[in-house]
Formats: sequence, C-alpha cells, structure tokens
Amino acid sequence: MCGIVGLFSKSRQIESQLGMYLSEMLVEMTERGPDSAGIAIYRNPTDAKHTKLTVLSPENEYDWQQVSKDLSQRYNGEVTFEVRGNQATYTVPGGEEGITAWLHQHHPDLKLISSGSTIEIYKSMGLPSRVIDKFNINELTGTHALGHTRMATESAVTTHHSHPFSTGEDLCLVHNGSLSNHNRLRRVLRKKGIIFHTDNDSEVAAGYIASRLQQGDNLDQALTASIDDLDGFYTFAVGTKDGFAVMRDPIACKPAVIAETDDWVAMASEYRAIAVLPGAAEADCWEPVPAKVYSWKH
Amino acid sequence: MNEFNLDQTSVRELNAALHNPDLAVNESSWKITNSKGRHAVAVGIDATLDVQINGHVGYYCAGMNKKALVTINGHCGAGVAENMMSGTVRVKGNASQYAGATAHGGLLVIDGDASSRCGISMKGINIVVKGNVGHMSAFMAQKGCLVVCGDAGDALGDSLYEARLYVRGKVASLGADCIEKPMQEEHRAELQALLDEAEITECSANEFRRYGSARKLYNFTIDNVGAY
Repeated sequence: MCGIVGLFSKSRQIESQLGMYLSEMLVEMTERGPDSAGIAIYRNPTDAKHTKLTVLSPENEYDWQQVSKDLSQRYNGEVTFEVRGNQATYTVPGGEEGITAWLHQHHPDLKLISSGSTIEIYKSMGLPSRVIDKFNINELTGTHALGHTRMATESAVTTHHSHPFSTGEDLCLVHNGSLSNHNRLRRVLRKKGIIFHTDNDSEVAAGYIASRLQQGDNLDQALTASIDDLDGFYTFAVGTKDGFAVMRDPIACKPAVIAETDDWVAMASEYRAIAVLPGAAEADCWEPVPAKVYSWKH
Repeated sequence: MNEFNLDQTSVRELNAALHNPDLAVNESSWKITNSKGRHAVAVGIDATLDVQINGHVGYYCAGMNKKALVTINGHCGAGVAENMMSGTVRVKGNASQYAGATAHGGLLVIDGDASSRCGISMKGINIVVKGNVGHMSAFMAQKGCLVVCGDAGDALGDSLYEARLYVRGKVASLGADCIEKPMQEEHRAELQALLDEAEITECSANEFRRYGSARKLYNFTIDNVGAY
C-alpha cells in the first residue's frame, strides 16, 4: 500500500493555499503509508537563465551559506537560497549540467533531489503530519503539487527511498504499487546512463520515464510505453512544469480517483483525501480507467 | 428518524448503533451525513432498517448486509455490499471495483457505472447495473444474476460457474469458459422481474443477451494429462 495525492489549481485562491490543501489531503492518506512522506510542489518559477536546485542533507544543521558561496563561485554569479528543515533550494544563474558530480566533489554529504525552473521536492521519513511540519509545507503557494505517503514493501525505509523521485528537470514521479522486473530494468537503464541512488522499484520507474523522455518521447508516449516494459501493479502520478499526469496499469488493482471543479483538479488513492477540498461534494468525480493517460496543463 | 453526522460521530459508533439488537420498530429509519469517503460505513447490519447515506463513501460500504435497505446518494469506493446476505443496496452514483463481491443474496442496484471485477465470486446475489461494468466482471461467479444495461469490459464471466449474466450493450470480450446462450422465456421472465425490482423502466428484457458457463472447466479433461 501507499497513498498518492495530487492537486492542480485553476484559481488564485487555491494557488495561494496550495501547500495547505495538499497537506490536508496527504494527512488523510496517513493509514495508507505511515513510514515516510514527500511532496513535489511547483512554485516561484525562475527566468530562463536560472535553475532551482533542491538539495538534501543527512543532518538538520548544515552550512548552507558556505554551499551558497561555493555555488556562486562555480556559476560566477549571485545565488539565492531558502532553507526548509534539512533541505535547501538554491536558485543559481545557469543550468544543472554537471551539478551532481560537483556536489559529490565539494559537498559529498548533500544529495540533489530536484532541479528545474519551478519544481521543489521535500521528503523525509515519518508520518505525513510530521513531514509537513518539518518543511512547513502548509505555508507554500504554488500552481500544482503531488504528494506521497509510503508503506515500504520491497526496499528499505530511508529518506532516499521515499517519493517523489526526480525524473529530469521539473519532472517527478510518485507510485503506488510494486514492480517485479525492476532489477533487470535498472541494469538496462544504467547502461543508458541513468543514475540510481537506491534499490527501490519506484526509482526505476522514474528512471525509465526519464530515459524515454531523453530519447524524445513526450510524457504521454513515455507513460504508454511503460505498459509494455514495466511488469507489476501501479498507479503513477507524474508532475511536470505545467501540470501532472495520472496512469493506472491495465489490471488496475491499485486505486485512484479523480475529481474536478472550476477551481481545481485533484487525484488521490482514495476519495476521502479529496473530500477535504472546498466544493468536493459537488465536484465531478470518476475513477480513471486502466491503461489510459490523464493529464492536465496550465 | 435517527441522524448521524460522521463529522461528529465515528463510523464505529454508527455501526455499533446499527447493530443494537434492542432497536425499536420506530427506529428503522436512518440518515447518515458527511460520509466523505469514509470506509466501512453501515456494515454488518442484521435488521430491517432503511438507511440513507448522503454523500460519497469509501471501501466496503454496506458489507455483509442482512435485511436492510441501504441507499448511497453518492459514489462508492471498492467492495460495496461485499458478502451481502440479503436486503437491498442502492448506489445512486458509480461504484469502484469488486462491487457485490462474494455476496450470497439480496439485490445490489448501481445507477451509474461499476468498475472492474463487479460481482467477482458472487454466490447468489443479484446485481443490476444501469451503466457499464469494467473488466473481469463476474469472475468465478457461482450463483445469482448480473444484469448490465450498458456495456461490459474485457473477460466477462471468466471461469464462470452457474451465475447468469445478462448484458444489453456490447461485451468487449468473454473470459475463459464463458459463452453466449439463448434467451428463453424463463430467462426473460427472470430478467424482467429483476429490472422491475431495480425500478428500471428505460429498457426491457427483450433487449438483452444472456451469457453463462460452457461448463468445460468443471472437470479435469483426461486428454490434457500429458500437459502436467
């Protein structure tokens, strides 16, 4: 089991309270996954010359200022940053090319968990409510966001094993289900240059999507191709710069429900997570059919 | 009229009240509000109650029902009326997967669509769906009738036993050992009675096709012994 939630705003009111609404949805899914939780939120877009890098430290205290100075030197320009819990998001004047190797050399404790113009990922072990408090998710504004609560079934409970997984710039994936051919697929993808940090099956799904996108697929094509190449049960939600997409495997054992009003589109593993949203009782509400990609864009 | 607001009372308290063996005759009418997708609402009733639920419900609503009429004025999560024994469950919206699973008796009416595995392993319940049903519906269904006024998804009636399936629309595909069978007078009468009971007036028994078991999986075929 695991719980997935997603919220896509169609109004300013939802945007201004996106973090709060997503938090309420995620807490409602606590029983589906109490061991870790995470969110990806799309907010405060940079201009084309800048990139946001979200990095995670194993310790709560870290010399974030020093990292900022080092990044300024690397990029030869001004770097700004915002700290939340044991993570920080740096806005740097340049792209993300080579940054993983640079971090490994200069700050080996830190792990890059998202990069792009708008995405920020926050994740940690513990109950959703604790993770939300740790990063102050409630106060965040944004255009759309995904959340995940994990009940680990096939690999260790650590922050790095928890979702969302970054799949490229401004892309991420959350997954409810289990994949049975992930070890073989991980070997194939490594040969293609995809880097994996854990033995987690969902990270392989994220790597698979990333690899397809690098080969020129669009998101719909990448998700549709996964029906043939990924063996197992899954409901995927994929966050993109402009919106998100949802797909269930052809057997569709893993639950998902979608609802829409004039103000928002929401998806969740169970309706009770959607019930917390304003106007939920009157929303159009349906179950996504198997093997079909549903997507929304701003 | 007993009223339960699930924002103020827990599902456990509601179910305990519904199970109270000392309920008086004049307490047979119940209204439940703010169900908000909660699980296990109104399960295990064993009395002739009339329970109205206003809102969507989560998993296993009205599971194991005996005698009661439970009406859900909203959509249902997985497993509505699972293992029902008798009584009636009416869903005004759509139902998620395995509606009426393993149920032994009673009537389940779904006004909207039912998702995958509707009536899986049904053992005597009658299920009437006004809309469509998803894939693998009536999988290993043993007894009772599944009536689908719309279309049926892939692998309808896979490994079917003696349940009778009536479909008005298209069937995407039939499962293993499920075949179309002729509609005879007894079937039309049985089907019309179910449509009447479900208060469906939009269509008549003449518009349906009947599907059932070819009974080829019942016994081991000795010709296949070499395969083992």
